[in-house]
Amino acid sequence: MEVNEQISAQRQLLKTRPHNRMKVKPLTKSAFVTRITLFSLAVLTIYAFFTFDYKDIDFVDAVLLTIANLKAMFFEPHLKHFTFSHAFYQVFVTLGLAFLTTLFGAVIAVFLGLFAAENLSSKWISTMIKGFVAFIRAVPTVLWVLIFAVAAGLGSVAAVIGMTFHSVSYLIKAYSESFEELDKGVIEALQASGASFWQIVFQAVIPSSITYMISWTFLRFEINFAVAVAMGAAAGAGGIGFDMFMASGFYLDIREIGAITYFILAVAILLEVFATKVKRKLKVNA
Amino acid sequence: MQADIFVKKKRNSFLFLAVLAAVTFLAIIITEYDVVKGFTSLPNAIGWALANFYPTQESLAKLPDILDKMIETVLVSLAATTVAAVFAILFAILGSNTTRVNALFGSICRGVATVFRNIDVAAWAMILLFSFGQSTLTGYFALFFGSFGFLTRAFVESIDEVSGNSVEALRATGASYFSIISQSVLPSSTPQMISWILFMIETNIRSATLIGLLTGSGIGFTFNLYYKSLSYDVASLVVVVIIIVILGIEMISNYVRRVIL
Amino acid sequence: MTALLQVNNLTKQFGHDAKALSDVGFSVQEGEFVSIIGPSGAGKSTLLRCINRMVDATSGEIMFDGVNVLNLKKKELKKVRTKIGMIFQHYNLVNRLTVIENTLHGKLGCKSTLSGVLGLYNREEKEQAMHILGLLGLDDFIYKRADQLSGGQKQRVGISRALIQNPRMLLCDEPIASLDPNSAKVIMDYLKNISVNMGITVLVNLHQVDVALKYSDKIIGINGGQVVFIGAPKHMTRADIQRIYGSEAEDLIFDAGGIHAG
Repeated sequence: MEVNEQISAQRQLLKTRPHNRMKVKPLTKSAFVTRITLFSLAVLTIYAFFTFDYKDIDFVDAVLLTIANLKAMFFEPHLKHFTFSHAFYQVFVTLGLAFLTTLFGAVIAVFLGLFAAENLSSKWISTMIKGFVAFIRAVPTVLWVLIFAVAAGLGSVAAVIGMTFHSVSYLIKAYSESFEELDKGVIEALQASGASFWQIVFQAVIPSSITYMISWTFLRFEINFAVAVAMGAAAGAGGIGFDMFMASGFYLDIREIGAITYFILAVAILLEVFATKVKRKLKVNA
Repeated sequence: MQADIFVKKKRNSFLFLAVLAAVTFLAIIITEYDVVKGFTSLPNAIGWALANFYPTQESLAKLPDILDKMIETVLVSLAATTVAAVFAILFAILGSNTTRVNALFGSICRGVATVFRNIDVAAWAMILLFSFGQSTLTGYFALFFGSFGFLTRAFVESIDEVSGNSVEALRATGASYFSIISQSVLPSSTPQMISWILFMIETNIRSATLIGLLTGSGIGFTFNLYYKSLSYDVASLVVVVIIIVILGIEMISNYVRRVIL
Repeated sequence: MTALLQVNNLTKQFGHDAKALSDVGFSVQEGEFVSIIGPSGAGKSTLLRCINRMVDATSGEIMFDGVNVLNLKKKELKKVRTKIGMIFQHYNLVNRLTVIENTLHGKLGCKSTLSGVLGLYNREEKEQAMHILGLLGLDDFIYKRADQLSGGQKQRVGISRALIQNPRMLLCDEPIASLDPNSAKVIMDYLKNISVNMGITVLVNLHQVDVALKYSDKIIGINGGQVVFIGAPKHMTRADIQRIYGSEAEDLIFDAGGIHAG
């Protein structure tokens, strides 16, 4: 109703001043780039659908099969090749991998983060570390793991070290940004009293940003759990991900995948709820 | 009374370190992590990489094939992201507390997104492998489901952040639901949404490599092929191509973000 | 009697042509209360920071307690800095830490790196901190977090942090510019007290002429990076104020009671 009124009012306006339409939105550079971006995304998407390698798959059949599979997965899950206690244990293996990765990542990132923060370090060193971070991020985690697997063999060592790379890059960015929030004056005040760099770091910089650091680290732990599941599947790192890979690629048992998915979902949602709680609590205390 | 806060702080940090050490110890045992090997493998890996892991003249012959697969991977990631974004916008509008139609429907929308988000793309790939086999569509839908879950949550946050007050203001003028969405909510959250979409495309290219390994398609498959056959020179060329493409896309996204945000 | 601080021909240049300070010279006796006044951007803050080398001067000489600060190496400079306390307009406390921890930060300069990093303070240092906080009327706030304090209280913590250094001199950069008139008076009284009763030299940047006239033994007026007045408050004339503040002067003379930020 109201929409109609608006439209008719607009028509009225257009009728009375046909050649003098007022532009509500001027075409700024940002509006222009927004449109170009959306347009390119749309065109590339359509082009993509024409180039896909469909391998003679009957789309409708496949979709119907997927729906049937999802139904079997979620409504008729069972464990056949693994026991419940085995799956439960493997969840902890995956959590262990995620924990070690997060711990190593955090320790390295604290130090590199200090030198990446522009208020604590020189512009030159900061830029260098940021370049290093961009390079790490450009190589997918699975490739880091596989590259390390050549030297260390497939297993938890290669998985943890490989996964640590992305944790480091993620946490360097997070930590250095929270370090940069510290008022320059505080650093100046401690410098003026003769304090050394490391004293300032541990007495002012870290105490000021510790709550942010904890919440970012926990967030990364949450991500690392998902990464550890994937690496278990793709790079033989063990844990629940590997079981899923076996159920999928070896036993071809969709119902077992369903049961394992429930395990993963339960932990992931638990972690997310906990992370939200942590974040809220930190916000109150900050 | 004498500075008990220092005692308390010391006790707290000691307790924290003790718990951390205990959990670390447990994690090392349960994952069978070999600490010594952990330290020695780093220099070993660097030494190995410097000796073997670089493209050679001969490996360049494979470059056209690699580029072909890379383009395919980029297109899959991009198409999965954009289509997921369309669905995500719908679910975000229905799920956001500022724009939802009713509370029950809002919770359902957010719940669906939570389930999709928390099943990793790798898991999706293994599930879809059953019905779509080793085709591009397996990767496409795996990325689609993962992106859909993530983008819905991100979009809900963008909408909540940007449009709380303006929605109220427009409601007060008596504007209809659809005109509020199209005139206020969408325009004001578009920049954030585009930023999230670009982020998702970058992430998806990385994930696509992983999915390719699992499902035998795209650049991940190409890498795995040469990696498994010990042709490390070609495998390293694949890595170089991935690095260049991801850094390039990151540069474009950063430019777009700088202009629109 | 020799001067505790002697500044000669001090020049500071930012970039190519912008001269923040040119040919500044003055001396400060032990225990003296000296105010530096001038309009915003006159170079007061730069001058103060040149003295403890938070800003490196371009040329000149700064003799503090018989040594030229400008020639010192990193280690010696740290030693000199421990003898000079500094107080800031925005207090510059670590908000998330308690009052006593912030106070003890003043001790970091004379501790080993490791014990400073770990925040290990001995009983004596803690007692000294409590004693100083008591002197500044902060007994009830010792374990409060710094961000729970009012501006005036924060500044008193800032003073405590400087005093625990056992300094020969305090450098105060606009200590009352962010405070309401009452708190400003309290802070100035404390500073005056410190100079009179403890014999600590106080060098303070001020924006307000009336405050400088009331508290100082000596006033240094600067404008455009140059010293345009040095002398006792009683020797300061309207013409001097005119010279220091230029066109701003009229407002200041008629609005002498007001406190202006920045």
